[in-house]
Amino acid sequence: MSALTKADPATPAGSASALAHRRPLGDRGFQILTLAAGLLVLVILVLIAVTTAQQSTAWFSTAGLKGIFSTDWDPTTNHYGAMAFLYGTVISSVIALVISVPISVGVALLLTEVVPRRWSNPIVYVIDLLAVVPSVVWGLWGILVLVPWLNGVYRDIASGLNGVPVLGTLFGGPNTSGASFFTAGLILAVMITPIVTSLSREVIATVPAIDKEGAYALGATRWEMIRGAVWPHSQGGVVGSVLVGLGRAMGETIAAALVIGDSAEITGHLFYSGYSIPAVIANQFGEATGGAFRAGLIGLGLFLFVLTIIVNLVARGIVERSARRARGA
Amino acid sequence: MAVATNSAGRTVDLREPSGWRRTKNQIMTVLMWTSFVIILVPLGFVLVKVISAGAGAISWQFLTNSTIPPNVAAPGTDGMGAAVLGTLEITGFAALIAIPLGVLGAVYINEYGGRGVLGKLVSFMSDVMTGVPSIVMGLFIYTIWVLHFGYSGMAGSFALACLMLPIVIRSSYEMLRLVPDSLRQGSYALGATKSRVTLTVVLPAAVGGIVSGALLAVARAAGETAPLLFTILTVEQTNSNLFSGANTALSTQIFANATSPYVGAEARAWGAALTLIAIAFILMIAARIVTARFTRYSR
Repeated sequence: MSALTKADPATPAGSASALAHRRPLGDRGFQILTLAAGLLVLVILVLIAVTTAQQSTAWFSTAGLKGIFSTDWDPTTNHYGAMAFLYGTVISSVIALVISVPISVGVALLLTEVVPRRWSNPIVYVIDLLAVVPSVVWGLWGILVLVPWLNGVYRDIASGLNGVPVLGTLFGGPNTSGASFFTAGLILAVMITPIVTSLSREVIATVPAIDKEGAYALGATRWEMIRGAVWPHSQGGVVGSVLVGLGRAMGETIAAALVIGDSAEITGHLFYSGYSIPAVIANQFGEATGGAFRAGLIGLGLFLFVLTIIVNLVARGIVERSARRARGA
Repeated sequence: MAVATNSAGRTVDLREPSGWRRTKNQIMTVLMWTSFVIILVPLGFVLVKVISAGAGAISWQFLTNSTIPPNVAAPGTDGMGAAVLGTLEITGFAALIAIPLGVLGAVYINEYGGRGVLGKLVSFMSDVMTGVPSIVMGLFIYTIWVLHFGYSGMAGSFALACLMLPIVIRSSYEMLRLVPDSLRQGSYALGATKSRVTLTVVLPAAVGGIVSGALLAVARAAGETAPLLFTILTVEQTNSNLFSGANTALSTQIFANATSPYVGAEARAWGAALTLIAIAFILMIAARIVTARFTRYSR
């Protein structure tokens, strides 16, 4: 009875199990090979956590929990506090998001809802170009061209805003520098725009045509259609892609290392020099000869790894959930 | 005429809505176009600067000589030959590792484990792994390889391969998903085993998209600096032996030269930047051509 109900109409009863017994060795071998390649992803992720944790034990034993969560980073006196770097990482990434998200979502909407299909190709091409410019080239341009120019711009803005209550604290002087949190945020914004654009575009493209046509049929303008039909449908996915962008911004190393100003400080002044976790690793690893110094830098790497993994887990979770809801489950 | 007559015989106005709603719609459309123009600005500035400053530095000698001059040396004909060779070797070997493994991983997700818990986990974690910062990959290879076997070009390749692996898995998986099930079922009906179906029917059907995705992953990896900093220990001499001894690459040379106060070092950095961008663009254009000519199934 059970055999009858199980039988697939395409395969006569019993034949499936007979074939399974005669499965050639090579077939089994290939399956195991692909399984191994798939498992490699999990193995690498676990190994990253394990090996970096092993190599950073000296940091934890030298600095202690209190030392790690302090703001004091001074290798010459054996102080290894991570908080100033964490602050710089978060601030520069947030600046990057504030600048990049409206632009990315704007271009994503432009591509999906405004331009006809044959015009969207050149726009996609430009965004691909942006993505393929290496981070070190952005950094080189940043430090040799952008920073000297911004130096004067920041000074002018600061002198204009000195004494103004909130803006004076954020953008005031007197120690403004062309290489600062804000400059790093600008460069990071350019660098994360392609990924945020393409991910949100994918999400927006899943909005059913019938929803959009319905909105138009009710007499909505294009913008009203976007607000009423596209946005509610793709909100979750766009938030997810923004979080992926946040993860990228936090981990971006070389461009930030060149333009953030290399000064481990916590200050509300966005035009002052700062530091970020990946930047300090890249800049100081060469001088760190053994002991707690090197362990501290590897520990910062582990910290960054955990941080970006959490951000990405949340982001992918959100995207997946909204995709499932979009399919109508 | 933007006027239609409905079944009741009354005329219905089908023209664009007027007044504030229409203006708002136009403002938003302009803003969307503006955001695209804003993207063009930094891209334009960087490309113009890199091409104008780099073109003067580049010559055959610049691309092939074996010793990178010290930073104090004035701009001249000698240049980044050692770094060009290093970048090509290291990136090439990384592609050799990551592309086969990535395609096999994608085959596992799509053909074998797709609906099971493990398949879903691998798929999800490869997505998450694309977000791991490149500098963490560098530190990982430093702790697991360089500490035991020393600096080498191969260590750099390992770090780049770790970075490329999830990207290749994702892009190949997307392509395998597009292969219609009827192809698989047809081959099973002829009595082929699963491995045979995968290798001779499914993969060939998706090969265009897979190759193009892989080329894009290589283009991204070629420009990466952070994973190489702690694995190849940027040196000035050509080291054609990928498997032992410190090596050098264009990206790490640019990083080293960028903070140098000397004019010569700066000029060489621009030259190297142009070379690096050219390599990445060539790979990207190759990917485009492959997409245009060899993809059978696309979204």
